[in-house]
Amino acid sequence: MKKVYINSIASVSAQKTFDNAEFLNDFIDHEGIEIPVVNPNYKDFIPPAAARRMAKGIKMSIVASKIALQEAELEAVDAIITGTGMGCLRDSEKFLSTLIDNDEQYLTPTSFIQSTHNTVGGQVALELQCKGYNFTYVHSSNSFESALVDAKMQLAANEENTILVGGVDEIGEHTFKLQELVGHVKVKPVKVSELLNSKTSGAVYGEGANFFVLSNEKQESSYAQLMAVKMYNTLPKEALSETIKAFLSANELQVEDIDLLVLGCNGDIEFDDYYDILGEGGFNETQQAYYKHISGEFNTASSFGFWLASKVLKLQTLPDLVKLNDIKSSDFKTVLLYNQYRGENHSFTLLKQC
Amino acid sequence: MDALKQELKEFIIEQLNLEDIEVKDIANDDALFGDGLGLDSIDALELIVMLDKNYGIKLTDPKQGRAIFESIDTMAAYITANRTN
Amino acid sequence: MSKGVAITGMGIISAIGNNVEENYQSLIESRKGISRISKIKTNHVNDIMVGEIAFTNEEIAAQLGLKSDNSFTRTALLGCLAAKEAVENAGIDNVDDYKTGLISSTSVGGMDMTERYYYESFENKAVQKYIESHHAGDSTQKIAEELGINKSFVTTISTACSSAANAIMLGARLIKSGELDRVIVGGADCLSKFTINGFKTLMILSDTYNTPFDENRKGLNLGEAAAYLVLESDALVQKENKTVLAYVKGYGNANDAYHQTASSENGDGATLAMKKALKVANYNAADIDYINAHGTATGNNDLSEGRAIIRVFEDTVPDFSSTKAYTGHTLAAAGAIEAVYSILALQHNVVYPNLNFKTQMKAFEITPELQLKKKPIQAVMSNSFGFGGNCSTVIFSKEP
Repeated sequence: MKKVYINSIASVSAQKTFDNAEFLNDFIDHEGIEIPVVNPNYKDFIPPAAARRMAKGIKMSIVASKIALQEAELEAVDAIITGTGMGCLRDSEKFLSTLIDNDEQYLTPTSFIQSTHNTVGGQVALELQCKGYNFTYVHSSNSFESALVDAKMQLAANEENTILVGGVDEIGEHTFKLQELVGHVKVKPVKVSELLNSKTSGAVYGEGANFFVLSNEKQESSYAQLMAVKMYNTLPKEALSETIKAFLSANELQVEDIDLLVLGCNGDIEFDDYYDILGEGGFNETQQAYYKHISGEFNTASSFGFWLASKVLKLQTLPDLVKLNDIKSSDFKTVLLYNQYRGENHSFTLLKQC
Repeated sequence: MDALKQELKEFIIEQLNLEDIEVKDIANDDALFGDGLGLDSIDALELIVMLDKNYGIKLTDPKQGRAIFESIDTMAAYITANRTN
Repeated sequence: MSKGVAITGMGIISAIGNNVEENYQSLIESRKGISRISKIKTNHVNDIMVGEIAFTNEEIAAQLGLKSDNSFTRTALLGCLAAKEAVENAGIDNVDDYKTGLISSTSVGGMDMTERYYYESFENKAVQKYIESHHAGDSTQKIAEELGINKSFVTTISTACSSAANAIMLGARLIKSGELDRVIVGGADCLSKFTINGFKTLMILSDTYNTPFDENRKGLNLGEAAAYLVLESDALVQKENKTVLAYVKGYGNANDAYHQTASSENGDGATLAMKKALKVANYNAADIDYINAHGTATGNNDLSEGRAIIRVFEDTVPDFSSTKAYTGHTLAAAGAIEAVYSILALQHNVVYPNLNFKTQMKAFEITPELQLKKKPIQAVMSNSFGFGGNCSTVIFSKEP
């Protein structure tokens, strides 16, 4: 079995993260119930003829893909695996509202094509001219983790050598209103720096694209080693502590070996208690970080957590704005991530310094 | 006819998101597909919807579009001869 | 590590039958399930034909014993029926006795309810339960719950019309790598106004019965269906002394990287997928006895796929046929539907006729099998291709 490395990272998020030379240097303290991305100059990455029909999710993903390939010093990859909870949501909504409002008349193909979940993976393949393996996972908050599991399995078995893995989601106006209706979104705007102090239910929504080149060959640009990913469709609160300990021991680790625990808490008081079980329980002496005040909540927000953990392991520094407690690790060797959304689709991801 | 051609150019630029192209950049006899403006089969489907919506012309076979959408000239001639609104 | 990937159970519901047995009878009796649409109100009713399942949502919910306030979409309902048949067929009493996962696939997801209540949700609290059922993973979560799969690997794949083939592929790899002992794989898609209108904008829907590989083919018929397979490891099969229906012998996935929706003229992606699958199976082209083709009956697919088949098999193209004329194109479920048909072909040693074929295509000389043909079959290749250039091939065999 070969080891699997994260050889490059790329992020388009609500902070200016697309420049890999920076690490959350200038923090924008957004205020709202949804936070917009800081857009890179898409024209620098995508020729106008290709860009003209692209949904936002595709554009963000192509930029992130190209940055990731550049940093890994690659012209091409063997395979592309994408995770997306909702795909290019704005186009799905556009097609559906036109369908309903115009009584099935005058519909055009472009928004339908982009509403297909694998449109991002297909377009990235088209841009990179990658004829290799191409999968798209669409399983809520485990969409990105499914992509990781798949990529890791193929790289470990040496079936492929370089795989582009990414997570992407868009905010869609209509869907957002529906999610507000059922209380998934916070009612009152919050300053994102105060996200965890809101003491209210619901999340602050976001969007973004985070892409990575994973490889079974380490190189100078490598950020970290991907040790393990494990997904659970359900995980009752009372089973969380023992399950995470079993996960660690399967990887020959104990709680004390973890230098940083990265949690997916999003300030929703109805579901953040999952994170508290670990943060205030078994890991209360471990340094902890969070990130959804930066990324916002979306189905593949955990890919931003993966970006953060990779960056910490390479740079050996943790920005103050993501710190969750006052404990300081002397150095960062092993990082554990935990995420879930509304009590379902839990994941543990383990990264190691390389 | 000239007004129709102007209208078609404006529509094509807007509907097909041809950001860097202006009306004056499209000559009446320029090829719209392939080496000319670079439109493709999905654009052809978009144009078929436009014929229906704006001029009441219904095409049932996308292959018919090839000759009609050759240039602004051919489009304008076809629309003039077949429009129902 | 498991060397073989055994198939120990299967379940299906489609326009030609509510279970495996009914589907098989329809296949060998050349009974197609294509008709005018009755369950969805659409202006295109006279312009299209579909492969519709007779059961209403209420009837399926009753069969599953669901409460009336359930939030199951039609995709989830169809998926649960087929998955339950598969698990029962595999003789599984308790899914917890082995590491069991679920990989489902869908392209429609909860769109049937979303399009119905798009605006009504804001006024009618009773239909808001479907808001959370919209996303593609919802039907999978519900199937897992109905099967009693907890604290496990559960995911959803959506690669358009190749989705379920990819679910089978991932499942096989998870078994081989030892990540799971058992995995239920497949897909479900119901009909929706969204997909009907979407394919309509691409102008690839036929207004009559679809005619795969026919020179005068006019396009596809959409269908709804669900099908699942139970895959198990060698160790489990041996320990439990299970009956094996067939094996997942090979699989290949490639991207055409050619166009957003259309396949390349020469079927580059399809050729790559078939070649990869043969390599994984350690087979030569001559080892394939029957190809269950993707054969959607669109101008583009059948030309591209036919050319790819010739590129892979050269002068010795095996018997091939498309079963889309029976079921319609069931999108994300198609790969699983046709996996069940491929396994039935192995079990009964039959090649199904390619219905509705009249005129030989001019582009090449290969002709699909037109009659029900009995012959010994050791290995079947099944193709599934989709938008976004996704090309997938799975090979099923009698021997491990």
